[in-house]
Amino acid sequence: MLRYLARRLGQALLVVAGVVVLTFAVMRLVPGDPAVAFAGPKATPEQLAEVRRRFGLDDSLPVQLLNHVRDLISGDWGISLHTRQPVRDDLYQAFPASLELVGAALLIAVVVGIPVGVLAARHQRRLPDLGVRFGSMLAVSVPVFWLALVLQLVFASRLGWFPIAGEYDSSLDTTSPLTLWTNITIVDALITGNWPIFTSTLQHLVLPALVVAAYPTGVIAQMTRAALIEESGQDHTKLERALGFGETSILTKFALRPALNPVLSLIALVFAYSIVNGFLVEAVFNWPGLGRYAADSIRSLDTPAIAGVTLLVALVYVLANLVVDIVQAFVDPRTRAR
Amino acid sequence: MTAGKDGVMASAEAVPLRRWLPRVPDRFAALGAVLLVLVVLSAILAPWLAPYPMGELRPLEQLRPPSGAHWFGTDQVGRDVFSQILYGGRTSLFIAVAVLGVSAVVGVTLGVVAGYAGGWLRDVIMRVTDVFLAFPALLLSLAMAVVLQPSVNTVVLAIAVTWWPWYTRLAASMAASIATRSYVDAARCLGVPAPLIILRHVLPNSLTPVLVQLSLDAGGVILTSAALSYLGLGAQEPTAEWGLMVQQGQTLFTTNWWVVTFPGLAILVTAFAFNVLGEGLRNALDPRSGTARVVK
Repeated sequence: MLRYLARRLGQALLVVAGVVVLTFAVMRLVPGDPAVAFAGPKATPEQLAEVRRRFGLDDSLPVQLLNHVRDLISGDWGISLHTRQPVRDDLYQAFPASLELVGAALLIAVVVGIPVGVLAARHQRRLPDLGVRFGSMLAVSVPVFWLALVLQLVFASRLGWFPIAGEYDSSLDTTSPLTLWTNITIVDALITGNWPIFTSTLQHLVLPALVVAAYPTGVIAQMTRAALIEESGQDHTKLERALGFGETSILTKFALRPALNPVLSLIALVFAYSIVNGFLVEAVFNWPGLGRYAADSIRSLDTPAIAGVTLLVALVYVLANLVVDIVQAFVDPRTRAR
Repeated sequence: MTAGKDGVMASAEAVPLRRWLPRVPDRFAALGAVLLVLVVLSAILAPWLAPYPMGELRPLEQLRPPSGAHWFGTDQVGRDVFSQILYGGRTSLFIAVAVLGVSAVVGVTLGVVAGYAGGWLRDVIMRVTDVFLAFPALLLSLAMAVVLQPSVNTVVLAIAVTWWPWYTRLAASMAASIATRSYVDAARCLGVPAPLIILRHVLPNSLTPVLVQLSLDAGGVILTSAALSYLGLGAQEPTAEWGLMVQQGQTLFTTNWWVVTFPGLAILVTAFAFNVLGEGLRNALDPRSGTARVVK
């Protein structure tokens, strides 16, 4: 087990190193001079030279890469060109809002996806199953930005059931200011008992969370169904059937637990995926997360900020994969051998 | 799911729910195939099917709601939305074919070499693959699309860069198992050079799962390319593209529902058709498999 852990960790570190090199390479392809981008079009040649010296843009590429790695490790992720603040601080502001959105979405996905998958497996090839397969396929095939626009139009603009955009009613900042602990608004509001902001955030969260939840719900339902059907052909279910258990109790009491194993790893993977998918949704609902920050950075060709977002999300991705593999290795010893 | 297992489940006590539908062969995949044929035909035949030429501006007919003359209405510059959607299908299908073609050729070549050769060559190729797999496809495509000039070709390149590693992985595992077969051993003993063994024996026998994966992936490529165009990083005017149409229509959406609704539905239907067909093909190939790789 320890050897497996060490090997898996080493592999993850290697991937992280590759990710750093790759983001660096992609960002160096940017057309236009980063010094001009920072100093502005009216800068004098002296100012440009000063900026170049300050950011080490005169050095050779390998040296720049080494400096870049050293800076990253020491926590210096560069200065954003459009907010003029350290990228690390910007990310620290934006990431919790994305986590809040994706967390809520995954909660919906698990609560809806797993029972729906069980229902489909129980009535395989009958109407409920066909309905679930059809619905889950639609959910994974829908373009999120479009679904976001449609739900916003119908439920916010037309029906007025939910607020149109934002994370919470900003006028509440003066009437009941929020004390920050985790930077995740809804969690902070809950632990400090700030009910006006809590309910406002909850109302603002419903529509974007539903949109982000579409894809994970579909995949989780499909995976639960497939894993249950696979499990219901195993020897242990035959025994349970012979002992006289009904189909429903076999599925929910005996088959569901082993079937949830692949579903759990799926949730970790879909979490990382949903953060990026959420970018498009954040743009539509003006959610103050990574996606909006990324969109603003893209618009102003803000390379350090784009590199920061890319790196952060890739790290989350690597971490999610690592957690999946380690949990798998604990649960299922066979994976360790590979 | 094999027939035997299914028989066991179905023979359990009859629940009224189970009588809702007679047991039928899997028509779900057939639905996907039919939808896909319609989408492909309408894209290929767009110049003949479209009631108005591509990009034709009719300044006097801006933002008309759907009617007999304009089935899906007209947009802010008076273009017929139905015609634009038919032409947009050509863009989306071209991107899907190009991305998957490039990814499959690059990915399968590397994968087959890695799987057959094994050893350090395999390790190097697979570690590089891991790095690319560490990026969510949309994110790396975003970064690529930002640094390059936005265009259809940029979209193809940006998505292909994130897509090939999946085929490398798939082909490598196939090739590794085929390399141990006795007919490969026989060829090796006869002194057939390795490149020829790969070309004649390993490659053809690795292809079936790759083909299934291609049809499963096409939906994802369509969604990703539409997202890039929606963000303004993909197809540009005057190219007709569904994601771009949604982006241009979104500010008018509250008053003119058709400019956003129909292009989005086109994306949904196309991605749905590919996904359903791909799932059906996979089930036909390996009935026991559940959902394979679903996360991109």
